[in-house]
Amino acid sequence: MIAYIIRRLLYAIPILIGVNLITFLLFFVVNSPDDIARMQLGAKRVTPEAIEKWKAERGYDKPLVWNAAAPGVAKATDTILFDKSVRMFALDFGRADDGRDIALEIRSRMGPSLAIAIPTFILGLFVTVSFALLLVFFRNTALDVGGVVLCVAAMSISGLFYIIGGQYLVSKVWNLVPISGYSGGLDAGKFLILPVLISVVGGIGASARWYRTLFLEEINKDYVRTARAKGLSELHVLFRHVLKNAMIPILTGVVVVIPLLFMGSLLLESFFGIPGLGSYTIDAIGSQDFAVVRSMVFIGSVLYIVGLLLTDISYTLVDPRVRLK
Amino acid sequence: MSGPDVRHVVEPLLDVRGLIAELDTPAGIARAVDGLDFEVRAGETMALLGESGCGKSMTAGALMRLLPDVGYIAGGSVKLAGRELTTLTEAQMRESRGSDMAMIFQEPATSLNPVLTVLQQIGEVLATHRGLRGAPARARALELLNAVGIPDAARRLDEYPFQFSGGMKQRAMIAMALAGEPRLLIADEPTTALDVTIQAQVLDLLARLQRERGMAVLLITHDLGVVARMAHQIGVMYAGQLIEQAPRAAFFTRPAHPYSKLLFDALPDAARHGRGELATIPGSVPPLTTAFTGCRLADRCPQAWSRCRDEAPAWHEAGEAQRVRCHLYDPAETARAAPTATAPSTVVADGRIEAGQARLLSVRDLKVHFPIRRGVLQRVVGHVRAVDGVSLDIRPGRTLALVGESGCGKTTVGKAILRLIEPTGGTVSLDGQDVGSLSRSALRSLRARMQMVFQDPYGSLNPRMRVGEIIGEGMGALQQGGDGMAVARLLEQVGLRADMADRYPHEFSGGQRQRIAIARSLAVQPALIVCDEPTSALDVSVQAQILNLLGRLQRDMGLAYLFITHNIAVVEHLAHDVAVMYLGRIVEIGSVDQVLGAPRHPYTKALLSAVPRADLDAATLPQKLTGDLPSPADPPSGCHFHPRCPRAQARCRTDVPVLEGHDGRQAVACWFAD
Amino acid sequence: MFRPVFLWSDILLWAMVAGCIALAVYCRRQDYLRRAWRRVGESGVAMASATILAAFVSVGLLDSLHYQPRLPAQEGSSEVQYAPEVLSALDALVADLRLNKEKTYSAPLATHAFAKETMERDGVQTRDYPRLKWGGAHLEEVAGRDSDLARRAASGAFYGLLLWAVVVGVAVGWMALARGAPYGATCRTVWRPDTATTRPIAWRAVFVTLAVLCVIGGVTAAWAAGYHVFGTDKVGQDVLYLSLKSVRTALLIGTLTTLVTLPLAVALGLIAGFRGGWWDDAIQYLYTVLNSIPGVLLIAAMVLMMQVIIDTHPEWFETAAERADARLLALCFILGLTSWTGLCRLLRAETLKLRELDYVQAARAFGVGDARIMARHILPNLMHIVLIALVMDFSGLVLSEAVLSYIGIGVDSSMNSFGTMINAARLELSREPVVWWSLAAAFVLMLALVLAANLFADAVRDAFDPRFQWRARRILKKVAA
Ligand SMILES: Nc1ncnc2c1ncn2[C@@H]1O[C@H](COP(=O)(O)OP(=O)(O)OP(=O)(O)O)[C@@H](O)[C@H]1O
Ligand code: SF4
Ligand code: SF4
Ligand SMILES: [Mg+2]
Repeated sequence: MIAYIIRRLLYAIPILIGVNLITFLLFFVVNSPDDIARMQLGAKRVTPEAIEKWKAERGYDKPLVWNAAAPGVAKATDTILFDKSVRMFALDFGRADDGRDIALEIRSRMGPSLAIAIPTFILGLFVTVSFALLLVFFRNTALDVGGVVLCVAAMSISGLFYIIGGQYLVSKVWNLVPISGYSGGLDAGKFLILPVLISVVGGIGASARWYRTLFLEEINKDYVRTARAKGLSELHVLFRHVLKNAMIPILTGVVVVIPLLFMGSLLLESFFGIPGLGSYTIDAIGSQDFAVVRSMVFIGSVLYIVGLLLTDISYTLVDPRVRLK
Repeated sequence: MSGPDVRHVVEPLLDVRGLIAELDTPAGIARAVDGLDFEVRAGETMALLGESGCGKSMTAGALMRLLPDVGYIAGGSVKLAGRELTTLTEAQMRESRGSDMAMIFQEPATSLNPVLTVLQQIGEVLATHRGLRGAPARARALELLNAVGIPDAARRLDEYPFQFSGGMKQRAMIAMALAGEPRLLIADEPTTALDVTIQAQVLDLLARLQRERGMAVLLITHDLGVVARMAHQIGVMYAGQLIEQAPRAAFFTRPAHPYSKLLFDALPDAARHGRGELATIPGSVPPLTTAFTGCRLADRCPQAWSRCRDEAPAWHEAGEAQRVRCHLYDPAETARAAPTATAPSTVVADGRIEAGQARLLSVRDLKVHFPIRRGVLQRVVGHVRAVDGVSLDIRPGRTLALVGESGCGKTTVGKAILRLIEPTGGTVSLDGQDVGSLSRSALRSLRARMQMVFQDPYGSLNPRMRVGEIIGEGMGALQQGGDGMAVARLLEQVGLRADMADRYPHEFSGGQRQRIAIARSLAVQPALIVCDEPTSALDVSVQAQILNLLGRLQRDMGLAYLFITHNIAVVEHLAHDVAVMYLGRIVEIGSVDQVLGAPRHPYTKALLSAVPRADLDAATLPQKLTGDLPSPADPPSGCHFHPRCPRAQARCRTDVPVLEGHDGRQAVACWFAD
Repeated sequence: MFRPVFLWSDILLWAMVAGCIALAVYCRRQDYLRRAWRRVGESGVAMASATILAAFVSVGLLDSLHYQPRLPAQEGSSEVQYAPEVLSALDALVADLRLNKEKTYSAPLATHAFAKETMERDGVQTRDYPRLKWGGAHLEEVAGRDSDLARRAASGAFYGLLLWAVVVGVAVGWMALARGAPYGATCRTVWRPDTATTRPIAWRAVFVTLAVLCVIGGVTAAWAAGYHVFGTDKVGQDVLYLSLKSVRTALLIGTLTTLVTLPLAVALGLIAGFRGGWWDDAIQYLYTVLNSIPGVLLIAAMVLMMQVIIDTHPEWFETAAERADARLLALCFILGLTSWTGLCRLLRAETLKLRELDYVQAARAFGVGDARIMARHILPNLMHIVLIALVMDFSGLVLSEAVLSYIGIGVDSSMNSFGTMINAARLELSREPVVWWSLAAAFVLMLALVLAANLFADAVRDAFDPRFQWRARRILKKVAA
């Protein structure tokens, strides 16, 4: 088992290198730093000096991959590729266009993001799994058919409408909670409850339908027939036999996103004015702050890879066939 | 065994009257169980016998009220110990399931929950029906595992099903079924997925448990041999109906219904040894969605006449306690009376080719090892020795049967000969040409000389291609011009109509598909066909058709077969020579008469005695083998067979016996052979 | 009169239509495909959804025939000049909607503007809601609006039904001819099919849906001739017109993306699964790397870079329409590049299974080459997965367009799309009273499109995926004891 985890960890290294190469390609090769500088400075202020200054401020004034002018090993190391990659791996993301330190900013914004993401995740999982179990318990009845239609209808509505509609109804018409904003401490509750509820409701359709399919697939297996032949009640069969087996595919989809919860939600945070990483990313996209976007891409991939690792570990918890091999 | 006198004394435990169960299928309502009447007494085994799709499992499901989602009971009554089951509420029924009646299933591998330990799964029954939890439940579960003969039961309780072998899983299933102390045990094909030696163990176990506990057993099977070994009463099912009911002795001495007789005649058997044609039942079971008017067998019955088509036959007495659904036994039809036995199998001159003729195929020391990879860098930490030094010869026009239990490497031998799997070592030569050293293009032309027919007729035909294209593909690939005429000729050769070339595989039954697969391999006019269990997925009646076809093709075209099988009866019928395999090695090889008539190797003897025979002398005590087949990844030292061998001595543990024959007797690999 | 303009997206879209027709012909010839499609046809929900989708597709296709109108000849010049703006057949059809603009917001079917204005009435300066320039301008008396609407609705519905009757009459007549059955009998079997013994195509669902569409269309058209049915937006544009124009964008995003996804996923999945070894490692590595970058961020990064390219090369595009079109295509390309991995993984896994099947082994035993085995034995048995993935992806892509446009990495802001509509409208929710109609229009049309697509996709999956078996008609009888 330890060897298994070590092997998984080793797999992660080439993937991270690959991600780093892709971001490098995207941000430095597709458009040269000169192009970007020209665009960012705006047509009026473009002078060769201004471009050089812009590049120097950001450390973009080196050759891309090969520094023929440098001595020895520095030929390969004194380049944008090497410099930027090494800094990334050391979690040194440099400064944003507004001059603030990106790493610092990320650290301070993680809290609010998690404050929405974690309750959403837990509540959402609980609600969708229960709903799917309900549908499966009443399979082949009108309740099941109605539930599935409801799921399909729910997943046909854009997430934007859930947010806009929820904000409008709850905050504007009923005046129950503030429409947007954020504060630390206990006060945060009144700002968080609406976004959490909205994203749980918005996610029910697709996931409940998916879980229902998984449960139905399990329920047609031979061992379920065995369990019924033992005289167990339908609920017992559902919870002890079906749910436990269906957890394996469910985990694949669920555990991998846990680390990504740190990244927050782009839409919710920007609509509700919550100062998390999601709104940070959106703002960076809006203001074309490439350093921030690049950092977020890198962090996202690291978290995803951590998620893959967690998924593999969680398999060993629920599936004895993996644990004992 | 319960004689007729007992029958009158004991009230039936299970009493089924007019049971009807239907399925709502895309093709319409299928009446899978149609008016079933039978009873089972305590301490008695009733066997339901029938070909696939005749409604056996649906009957079991209806009794337990565990039908598939699209199924329902449409009528009739089921009384267990005088209590009507069909009208119980679901909650009452649940109390019955597992305690009054329990069930075991065909596939032990999928019928156990993979993520719960054996103790947890047995514990559920104990908690639900016996109110046992915690330590007492554990103690009881331990007793049960011991009772079903699982060694080292205390440790095994906390293991998961995947850590059990197939036979062990089925034992665990049985322990689970016994946990509720049922009075009726329904066993749905309990040994079909198991090897013969394991099957013998499990059948013995069932018989012993029944004796000890006085349970009634409803045994569902398609295997006449299993019936002969286990049953007291027999019910033959056909297309949803019972068509014959008889006590064991009467059934095996004098089967009455034409269908029952055909089943016996279609069985390949030593008694009719001599490679004659088997009796076949033409056609196949009619779909259950049909609205039957006459006798369901009318289209396939050799004795059918007009009345059979117009009027459904009622039950008629055919001897003591034996009754059949057939107009022939109608007292009014005495003129047709005493139906003669169906066409006896004709013995066809055996185109035996004299020994000494040049070898067609010669395999020397063939090895196939699959690497096992583990660890951080996927290092190879060992090998599965699927085939470990196999040598054999096949002469033109002859059949060599390769026999062995599952996982012993039979299929791998076949595929390695065709180079569908690259051998690890050894040589294969065809017509003196070394197959292993051929280049790709040379190999291609040699492909025309060797072909393969696969086990699963459903997996071996591409569902997206027309039959004509499937057959033509081989000819096209080997530049032999696959035109329509050639395809039509091939189809007719295997007993299909030429116009079927335009159809898709899904329109054909299993037997027809196997014919198509044979036509495909014949398309390139091979000299050798490797047949990998070509009939094991088929019903007895269809198996007979295919075996006849293979025999005829051999006589007409001088084909040689490497016939891979685990079915000894088929070997007796078809093969000239036999090789017995155990764990990647051949342990005995020789002519059929020698090996099957006077086996020398302890394994061969055990194997032969474990085969259930479809006759009354089945009671002869088999020479039982204990234990399971070891893993080929970690085979025992010395003679692979020593942990299970009754004759094993110290030497067997260290020295590998060589395959040797003396004085014209068959070769065996055993230090202490007869 | 005009000069046709071929935008790249038009060409691709029409090529896809041609491809679909070719595919349909192929499906008719392949027995198993025909049977599966027939099963789709037997489902009433699927056929109703297909009808709605067909309506959307016709709007989208009409909007994909572009031209530049000719300008009136100038005095003394014989030179032919064309307008700089690029119009489509749809624009020509609904010229009324396009051209009759108001000053700013107005509510659906309103006769007066949404905001008060200072105006002079009888020489006195007052602040009041001014009459609209077009909406209800034909009314003498504002109070007569409701009865006018009712009258128009009635005649609109009537003409709608008339059209419906003609279409259905012809369709049934054609069916009767094809079956060689009398007209009356055909009508009866279409309306009341014998579901007990046969499983007929659900024509009734098509005709009922068509009737509903015709009535809605008729009423809308009748109203639109005198009012802004969905109101107007900030700059006074008709919202109904904007919604109709958005349909094309949604359809393009949902379909053109597959042009990128499909070849990548199929080729790489097939090769990885079939070849194994080194190929498999490389392809798996590629999609794990791509997968590990969160989707939105990868799209954002790519779109930002594309924007830089477009901004730094203004000389590549002659008209604004061309630039918006290029950006749309690039977006489809980016969405495709980031979304092939899921399908590829599915196909790889399935290929691994198929590769071991006996019929592939049989083909090998004949010495059939790898390429041929992939083409004849593997690919046809993967097609159902591809098809299911395509129809399932469509609705997801339509929805993601809205989100991306909201984040600012979607289509060009000058291009009509549901995303740009929502984005423009959401800021106005804080007004008093609320400007809700743009959102409502986008909501209704998107829901109709995506729901129809989802329901249709479900039916396709049920018909093509062997794992979804047939479900019982719910007639489970009770025990007859
Ligand atoms: N590709 C493979 N990789 C690893 N092990 C394999 C592979 N193919 C077969 N084996 C192993 O080799 C052994 C022999 O397999 P084979 O399929 O030849 O048995 P068999 O006698 O034909 O069994 P059956 O009667 O069940 O078909 C088994 O233990 C099997 O698990
Ligand atoms: S009733 Fe007629 S067809 Fe049926 S089994 Fe008897 S003889 Fe044959
Ligand atoms: S060599 Fe020994 S262990 Fe092997 S079969 Fe012969 S007696 Fe048994
Ligand atoms: Mg095999």
